[in-house]
Amino acid sequence: MGEPCAVIGVGQTAYRTRRRDVSIAGLVREAAARALEDAGLTWKDIDAVVIGKAPDLFEGVVMPEAYLADALGARGKPVMRVHTAGSVGGSTAIVAASLIQAGVHDRVLTVAWEKQSESNATWALTVSGPFSTSLVVGAGGYFAPHIRAYMRRSGAPAHIGTLVAVKDRLNALKNPYAHLKIPGISREMVESTPMLWEPIRYLETCPSSDGACAMVLAGERAARRAPHPPAWVHGTAMRSEPIFFAGRDAVNPRAGRDCAADVYRQAGITDPRREIDVAEVYVPFSWYEPMWLENLGFCGEGEGWKLTESGATALDGDIPWNASGGVLSSNPIGASGMIRFAEAALQVRGMAGEHQVDGARRALGHAYGGGAQFFSMWIVGSDKP
Amino acid sequence: MSSEPNHVVEFPGGYTRSVGPVIGRFLTELRDGRLVGVRTADGRVLVPPTEYDPETGEAVTGEFVEVGPAGTVTSWSWVPRPRPAHPLDRPFAWALIRPDGADTALLHALDLGEFEEGADPPRYLKAGLRVRPKWRAERTGGIGDIACFRPEVTMINAPTRLEYRLRGGRALDRFLAGIAEGRILGHRCPVCGQVIVPMKGLCPRDGVPTSEEVEVADTGTVTTFAVNNLPDPRAPDVPFVSAYVLLDGADLTMLALVAGIPADQVRIGMRVKAVWRPREEWGPTLDNIKWFEPLDEPDVLFERIKDYV
Repeated sequence: MGEPCAVIGVGQTAYRTRRRDVSIAGLVREAAARALEDAGLTWKDIDAVVIGKAPDLFEGVVMPEAYLADALGARGKPVMRVHTAGSVGGSTAIVAASLIQAGVHDRVLTVAWEKQSESNATWALTVSGPFSTSLVVGAGGYFAPHIRAYMRRSGAPAHIGTLVAVKDRLNALKNPYAHLKIPGISREMVESTPMLWEPIRYLETCPSSDGACAMVLAGERAARRAPHPPAWVHGTAMRSEPIFFAGRDAVNPRAGRDCAADVYRQAGITDPRREIDVAEVYVPFSWYEPMWLENLGFCGEGEGWKLTESGATALDGDIPWNASGGVLSSNPIGASGMIRFAEAALQVRGMAGEHQVDGARRALGHAYGGGAQFFSMWIVGSDKP
Repeated sequence: MSSEPNHVVEFPGGYTRSVGPVIGRFLTELRDGRLVGVRTADGRVLVPPTEYDPETGEAVTGEFVEVGPAGTVTSWSWVPRPRPAHPLDRPFAWALIRPDGADTALLHALDLGEFEEGADPPRYLKAGLRVRPKWRAERTGGIGDIACFRPEVTMINAPTRLEYRLRGGRALDRFLAGIAEGRILGHRCPVCGQVIVPMKGLCPRDGVPTSEEVEVADTGTVTTFAVNNLPDPRAPDVPFVSAYVLLDGADLTMLALVAGIPADQVRIGMRVKAVWRPREEWGPTLDNIKWFEPLDEPDVLFERIKDYV
């Protein structure tokens, strides 16, 4: 894996339906400035900047790395953009980490963002060309059939998705940055909301958010001088697969299984449920919690829903998933993956505030994108590997 | 409501009014494109200024203070149907506007852009809205030197358009040529033997070129589906069903509409058949298939299709 790498700064904006009070540059600067403050650094201490966001059609900002270079203090410094659909926030952090692990830089600023109020995700995800007829209406329209297939394959009862929708929103009440805060959230409330793309109900979907997340990553020497505890990177992995091919398992994608196996191998993890203390996993539709529990090897195939039902993934369970409230509570798409990675880091730094999992020493950050085709994951820990 | 008057009383030339030193200064500054207020004995700034503090009756100080020009709406009243004497001929608001640096508000017209007559006020019109005056080019020393106030600029529009010249490529062109004749074509992979529809000229799994052409049936089995309750111009009704259909002879599902059956009766394993549009409407496009409808055949067991979801 090369040189040691640690997260020494995390910055998030408040996630809201509309951040009309700031421009795109102002939004990313807000997160970046907070990450620098956490790291005890200034813009001039940064060697390189790596940014990520969802596809250009979202806000129509093409080459955001060029547009945002000076806003992120990158004048005269290397700056690059990462582009892997919904998993981009995670991949962006991994590319930034690789610049440290390769020994190229000592301190790298990485930022991911989305301003969904100035875009239209459903439009951007549904544009079709002259040779294809797209019948998918947004992300929910794409994922609904795969959720149905999971339910059929696993025999999961219909209320499992509801449990996740409630659990993640309860967690969000403890997170000052979370977008959806629904006091009194309950199964009845979720079940009273309409089916948008059956079997997905309104409150089983993620919101549309504006927001940005940033991290400062550092090599060992810089990490030792940081004012707050670092989160050491124990492993990083990315995998992709085509959206259509004969024999593809769209419910339990091979790319996700391979990616998890790779990141666990690097971190020396053989039993993720036992050896990981807390996981921030990209769950934009509630049913993806049991689906990813299986894909990520926290249980056997067909068993994920039982783990969810048992309460194991709740904040007081043995393997809390999405203590921050997750994507179901805040979804600035391009940033959502980085928020998972950053929240994992906050947990092992002991800096997650009210949603801190006591004694968390090792955490998984996970993101996926496209038609569940692009995966990025990292394991961070409080101990230097 | 308004009808033509049948009698008019109008003072010839209009009355004259001496404005005095305080209002006079205000109007003179207006003519120069500035907003000023006057300071009261207890330090407040009155805009528009008067010769006395309306709260106490005391004379104001002689100190004039430049305020604004930006200000904040403190209250408003919407005018959905302007009258001829109104300063704007489209719906607008009368607003109390407190200029920055002033302690009182002045009344003026607030222009919020184009609205149909009778329109409701926009949601963003509320106390706290930030506004600025629109000055007339020719000013005479009257409150009308400000044509109206307008909101501060908070949003711009960025029209974006990309133009392409797209080509389908050999494999897709051949597939669409088949569709134009009512045939559904695929390729068999020489390595895994699976039939890929529509063909891409390669097998994504084995990474080899494919060329063996296979025609598959326009009947198949629903492997999974979504019931969409959000309207879409491409679908006949809401709710509509988008389903993955495993065509007979293919090893890959394709996404299609399923109709001709109530949405709540669509099932995994249901047998379906393509409904083609009238032949004279066919072109090299999958639109030739309107949707799939149920076949009167028993459902396929999930066990037999579970590896295709």
